Amino acid sequence: MKVKQISIFIENKIGRLAEVTKVLSDVLVNIRALSLADTKDFGILRLIVDEPDKAQATLKNNGYTARETEVLAVEVPDRPGGLFEVLNTFEENKVNVEYMYAFAGKLEQSAIMIFRFDDVENALSSIKNTSLKILTHEELVKLV
Amino acid sequence: MYWNEEIETISREELQKLQLERLKKSLEIAYTTPFYKTHFRKAGFKPSDLNTLDDIVKIPFTTKDDLRKAYPDGMLAVDKSKVIRMHASSGTTGTPTVVFHTKKDIDTWSDLMARSIYMAGIRNSDVFQNMMTYGLFTGGLGLHYGAERAGMMVIPASSGNTHRQIKLIQDFKVSVIHITPSYALHVADVLKNELNINASDLGIKYIIYGAEPTGDSTRKKIQELYKAQSFNCYGLSEMNGPGVGFECPYKTGLHIWEDNYYLEIINPETGEQVNDGETGELVLTTLMREGMPVIRYRTKDLTQVIVDKGCKCGRRHKRIKHIIGRSDDMMIVRGVNVFPSQIEHVLMRIPEVGTNYQIILDKDGHLDTMTVKVELYSKMFHGDLKELKAIQKKIEKELKDECMVSPKIILVEPGHLPPSMGKAVRVIDNRKMD
Repeated sequence: MKVKQISIFIENKIGRLAEVTKVLSDVLVNIRALSLADTKDFGILRLIVDEPDKAQATLKNNGYTARETEVLAVEVPDRPGGLFEVLNTFEENKVNVEYMYAFAGKLEQSAIMIFRFDDVENALSSIKNTSLKILTHEELVKLV
Repeated sequence: MYWNEEIETISREELQKLQLERLKKSLEIAYTTPFYKTHFRKAGFKPSDLNTLDDIVKIPFTTKDDLRKAYPDGMLAVDKSKVIRMHASSGTTGTPTVVFHTKKDIDTWSDLMARSIYMAGIRNSDVFQNMMTYGLFTGGLGLHYGAERAGMMVIPASSGNTHRQIKLIQDFKVSVIHITPSYALHVADVLKNELNINASDLGIKYIIYGAEPTGDSTRKKIQELYKAQSFNCYGLSEMNGPGVGFECPYKTGLHIWEDNYYLEIINPETGEQVNDGETGELVLTTLMREGMPVIRYRTKDLTQVIVDKGCKCGRRHKRIKHIIGRSDDMMIVRGVNVFPSQIEHVLMRIPEVGTNYQIILDKDGHLDTMTVKVELYSKMFHGDLKELKAIQKKIEKELKDECMVSPKIILVEPGHLPPSMGKAVRVIDNRKMD
């Protein structure tokens, strides 16, 4: 159920972001979602890709400092209050969201958000008996 | 346990007698050279004015600049036919400083070097790989001759070509290496990252290091990586090169071979001698060199003479502390004296960062700013921005505590700072002098 996210440490330097995407495009890895957390001097690029293991290995071989982290892809109902519903569920279960970002693809009735929790197991169990849905990696990369 | 017991365990009294006799002779030889004739006369000094060792303060200092002025051979004291080798230090300002050696000089130096190596406990059954640059630089050839004199098999690998170095160490069961600290750290990185070998698996027993000021934490790191004993070697080309001072197994400072070098510590501002135990600039005089004596040479290296009951090893030659920096390495940041070695010292005890660093000095208006770039250690990256900021904060705080100057810390990707081989250049000063 968990989805693999790749986190890459990068310096804030002209062209560095483009270099990362070039390295991945050279091995035909497709980036499906992306988020950049940064300070003035450095940042962390977070990616959801179709082939995480291949991406990880390629980045390592090219000298990047990359790490795999586990995130959840959660369906968020595409209507007012949809995101609140989701966040509220986690809050009630005392699961803390470290960061979140939107996924490029979309289902008919809902959007997809990528969530990083402080406690992923607890996050999983807290949605067990709710109407909330999460997507597997396979489902996620198939979305258009 | 001693290479030359008589001279190593000589009493202070006997040593001083020997020093006075040798100093007088050195001054006489120096006085025959065009440089010293003028230099001494200008100061109103003649060799016969020296009757006791304390009279040495009457003699003017010799500086690196003086050696440059004497280029190419203004300090040469013997006929050229008696010279068998010269060494030169690369002067960043253009003119190099040259030192000439007769056959006897090379012999004395080699013996001194062998004495140093032997003191560390290294014997002729050891295999010695010399990973220091050969050539005009004295670090390579000095140890080479000394190790040969001590009877070891010497592999003259020189520096660089790390993969070949590693292969030689493995294939010839090298037990002793001579290396700069920054290169030792680099080799350990290459072993780990490219060959998946721990430095400790090489089976090296002794590491002789020198040529760069090195703090205790760097030394500890190297010892842990290689699981070897390390010995600090001090020297400078003007005083032959390596082998001026060396550590004994008790490692309570570097024994300066006072039968060959007369040792003084001075206040770099006033030029006056300071007491043992006080920090100042090391000043050395060659006592045995016939080809080119150098008198009261200002090394620019800052240290102090250790004051205690004397070394347990039985040697009476004075010990100095590890060089804490060079008086010309010293950076003045917002009026505070900061040495690169202090910064290195702090970084070495922070496990999240690697061993390469760079210090950049700038001006923000009229105020100095100090930026320290340091490589994040890959294994310590967990994909968390908060964690990176915490590392940044931690380094900032520790550096501020150590140097009294608040630096700005920039974490960079591993391998993005120039690796340091040989003498590391780590400071970029962009401040414009008005």
